[in-house]
Amino acid sequence: MTDMSYSPSRGQSPALKLVLRSILYILLGLFALFYLMPLFVMITTSLKSLDEIRTGDLVSLPREVTFDAWRTAWSGACTGIQCEGVKPFFLNSLLIAVPAVMISTLIGALNGYVVAQWRFKGSNIFFALMLFGCFIPFQVVLLPMARVLGLMGVAGTIPGLIFVHVIYGLGFTTLFFRNYYVSIPSELTKAAKVDGAGFFRIFWSIFLPLSLPIIVVAVIWQFTQIWNDFLFGVSFSQAGTQPVTVALNNIVNSTTGVKEYNVDMAAAIIAALPTLFVYVVAGKYFIRGLTAGSVKG
Amino acid sequence: MTRWLQDNMPKIVLAPSFIAVMVFVYGFIAWTAWVSLTRSRLMPRYEIDSFIQYERLASSPRFEVAMTNLFIFGALFIVIAMVLGLLLAILLDQKIRTEGAIRTIYLYPMALSMIVTGTAWKWILNPELGIEATVQGWGFANFEFNWLVDPDMAIYTVVLAAIWQSSGFVMALFLAGLRSVDEEIIKAAQVDGIPTWRVYSAIIIPSMAPIFLSAFIVLAHLAIKSFDLVIALTGGGPGYATDLPATYMYAMAFSRGDIGQAASSAMVMMLVVFAIVVPYLYSELRTKDD
Amino acid sequence: MKSYVFSTASAIAVCAAGAVFADGHAEAEVLHYWTSGGEAKSVAVLQEEFAANGGTWTDMPVAGGGGDAAGTALRARVLAGNAPTAAQIKGPAIQEWFEEGVLADISSVAEANDWANLLPAAIASHMQCEGTWCAAPVNVHRVDWIWANTEILAANGIEMPTTWEEFNAAADKLQAAGIIPLAHGGQAWQDATVFETVVLGVGGADFYQAALVDLDQDALTSDTMVAVFDQMRTMRGYVDDNFSGRDWNLATAMVMNGEAAFQIMGDWAKGEFMAAGKVPGVDFSCASTPGDGYLYNVDSFAMFSVDGEGKEAGQDLLAELIMGPNFQEVFNMNKGSIPVRTDVDLSGFDACAQLSAADMASTNDGGTLKPSYAHGMALFGAQSGAITDVVTAHFNSDMSSADAVQMLSEAIANSM
Repeated sequence: MTDMSYSPSRGQSPALKLVLRSILYILLGLFALFYLMPLFVMITTSLKSLDEIRTGDLVSLPREVTFDAWRTAWSGACTGIQCEGVKPFFLNSLLIAVPAVMISTLIGALNGYVVAQWRFKGSNIFFALMLFGCFIPFQVVLLPMARVLGLMGVAGTIPGLIFVHVIYGLGFTTLFFRNYYVSIPSELTKAAKVDGAGFFRIFWSIFLPLSLPIIVVAVIWQFTQIWNDFLFGVSFSQAGTQPVTVALNNIVNSTTGVKEYNVDMAAAIIAALPTLFVYVVAGKYFIRGLTAGSVKG
Repeated sequence: MTRWLQDNMPKIVLAPSFIAVMVFVYGFIAWTAWVSLTRSRLMPRYEIDSFIQYERLASSPRFEVAMTNLFIFGALFIVIAMVLGLLLAILLDQKIRTEGAIRTIYLYPMALSMIVTGTAWKWILNPELGIEATVQGWGFANFEFNWLVDPDMAIYTVVLAAIWQSSGFVMALFLAGLRSVDEEIIKAAQVDGIPTWRVYSAIIIPSMAPIFLSAFIVLAHLAIKSFDLVIALTGGGPGYATDLPATYMYAMAFSRGDIGQAASSAMVMMLVVFAIVVPYLYSELRTKDD
Repeated sequence: MKSYVFSTASAIAVCAAGAVFADGHAEAEVLHYWTSGGEAKSVAVLQEEFAANGGTWTDMPVAGGGGDAAGTALRARVLAGNAPTAAQIKGPAIQEWFEEGVLADISSVAEANDWANLLPAAIASHMQCEGTWCAAPVNVHRVDWIWANTEILAANGIEMPTTWEEFNAAADKLQAAGIIPLAHGGQAWQDATVFETVVLGVGGADFYQAALVDLDQDALTSDTMVAVFDQMRTMRGYVDDNFSGRDWNLATAMVMNGEAAFQIMGDWAKGEFMAAGKVPGVDFSCASTPGDGYLYNVDSFAMFSVDGEGKEAGQDLLAELIMGPNFQEVFNMNKGSIPVRTDVDLSGFDACAQLSAADMASTNDGGTLKPSYAHGMALFGAQSGAITDVVTAHFNSDMSSADAVQMLSEAIANSM
């Protein structure tokens, strides 16, 4: 890639520029195809009838398009003795994900701000400890965490799940913000201190406005992790607080039941819609980050 | 009092996170270490027994496969996803008109739960259903792509699906980094007639060192915890050829009621991971530390 | 404790004993892994009966991994001191949970309803913990079934095999005719399912008991076991190249569509045939795998010690209803299994189910009714898992039978 100067720099003939731009777009398009391939399979499957899936190829266009599977996935598929699809579980996931994302992003931003700009003896050790914490396998955490949640009296509740997600998201949000803030010159903080601005004031009026791209990254990461989490969701919930991934799992995973792949695929896409929504909306702010970035220096 | 508060505000702000990490990460690791020395079966027990669990682990051919797979999978996944993510970010940074749409296409795999996407991948990679059959259908009768059902190659299909899932996020990280690089510096360089690729390789990429650290941690974390992916794509098979420590651990703790064994495998895995990650982090943090 | 008052006023037809509870609220939070369409509808019958008897049912479904995910949730909840009222667990795991001291005693219900005489002895023993009743059985799945495409068999002049030699001969003939002899999904549990039917068929029921239930080292390292692995290797040759990771239902579809002739799978495979509108005896045939004996896979619910009169009342009511003749009939007709009670009228069931019930009765008398190791009925998880590791490693490589036997014996020793 290094020998391709596809960017519109000066000194290139318009013809060469056109060729380079074309190559660029073809490359981007090919990658897009790679990323879209499984989605293609999922969508076509979701539009087939079960008979067609059973008799035909799995990876082919539907002979006859039907949206029955989508309807079933949303409001008719059995997730237990209730057959109401994934619909009733969306609210639980939202109630868990939204506060957990907000809290962990905010704390992560403050942590990152301290570690990058208000260093003190031990702050780097703190950061290292946080980082290593990112590597703890969640399978290890399940059982002791269950005990702790029981002792705290929040076992099986939504606040309990929010708590767990905040705890294990902090390492990442702290990391993202620290690595972003560390490239902001410390003179900025020093100058503001001289002007009499305090800890929170500097954070609020200088750092936060610069943080849009990294907030986007942190939110995307946290929202994706929490929304798609199954292990915590299944272990620390009870009837009535199960998130949408558990419902999806219940629709999809059956050892001895009849499998309905079309419903499975539709349910998976439906369950992913909120995350996709976040990507589309949040993605826009990457561009705004361009403007924010130029403030620095 | 306010003075003291002001001076110590950074520490006060970090304190809750510090306590949380000490309890919920290091406390739990200590708990795991303890349990790994017991004969816990269905539920954790606390009577220290011996190093029997580690001895059992050492003579488990399946765990050996799982650790080998972790190295193969981890190394390939981290390197390829990082390179691909950076490449995509740079390509996307060329003032692309449809950037929003393309960016979302690259990112969306993260949104899908692997429980189901794994099934789609399984079909695509399956020789009689997916790519191999399709390409052969185009007239290339000798085309072969049967990694999924080949015990020696199946782990690479896990790498492929994992890259598919996560490289978009790495791209997002790098894109955020590229967007925060000072435009003025780039313009100045271009005015001086420095070619674009030099601008990237000499100015922009070096300035993104912290982003590489973030990407590394995120990818390493995903590699170590890859679980749904393996379960959905290969179920650890053929045989147990694509088992990873995380799936091994889960199987021991929750399907087999052998929690002591699971704890010991977790300890071994964490030790190995720390042995690799700690030096990297140490060097990274030191250079940033003037 | 467990005090409930019988009342004639609201005795409900579906429940002979018609238990109605003093404070009018029996409640149960039920952790189970029956979530797919047919299964869910089957278990909904239980919920309806529970509600008709004044109970409040809270559903806590967790599917996946043949109950692994539900087991994860169960452990977390027990540790948190927030155990569900009832949970779907089966086989020796019931005893393991009992040893943790977290199960409730449902002997009063079991004795009042004479479970001991209604259940086959082998199955009743799973439901008892140190003399008390600690779980209620729901159904019996037979594991050692061989399914076949009737048309293919007829076209090739093949009868349902009754010995493994016959099976091999039939498979060779089919292979020569260009048909995949055996539809199989290369997932560890499916490999294990085939393996245990081969152990039963090649070694007989006593050998099965010694090797896969008692874990007798002599049996595990015997020549018979070598012969079992030889047969597995032969069968590997009857499977198509792309079997790795295939879901069992796709293997069933291969038989249905005429790509393959046979499949060895438990009777839930029947549900796939039925769902596709196939008729037993016409489109597909069912028979027990070669050899004598019967491998059962029994689903059951255990009750957990919980506080609260309503919950305790709920547990008793639930246990009673699970073993009730009406639920046993309706549930099993839906699910493709057979009632665990031996006194249920089977006239409404299909031919395969009737065969299964007849075989269960005769093998129970003959002492060849054995628990399925592959489906968690015979051994603790650590040991059955260790066996499965070897079986799947052997089936998916070119390991010799002698090496496999050696590895098997070491794996068992290492799993203790």
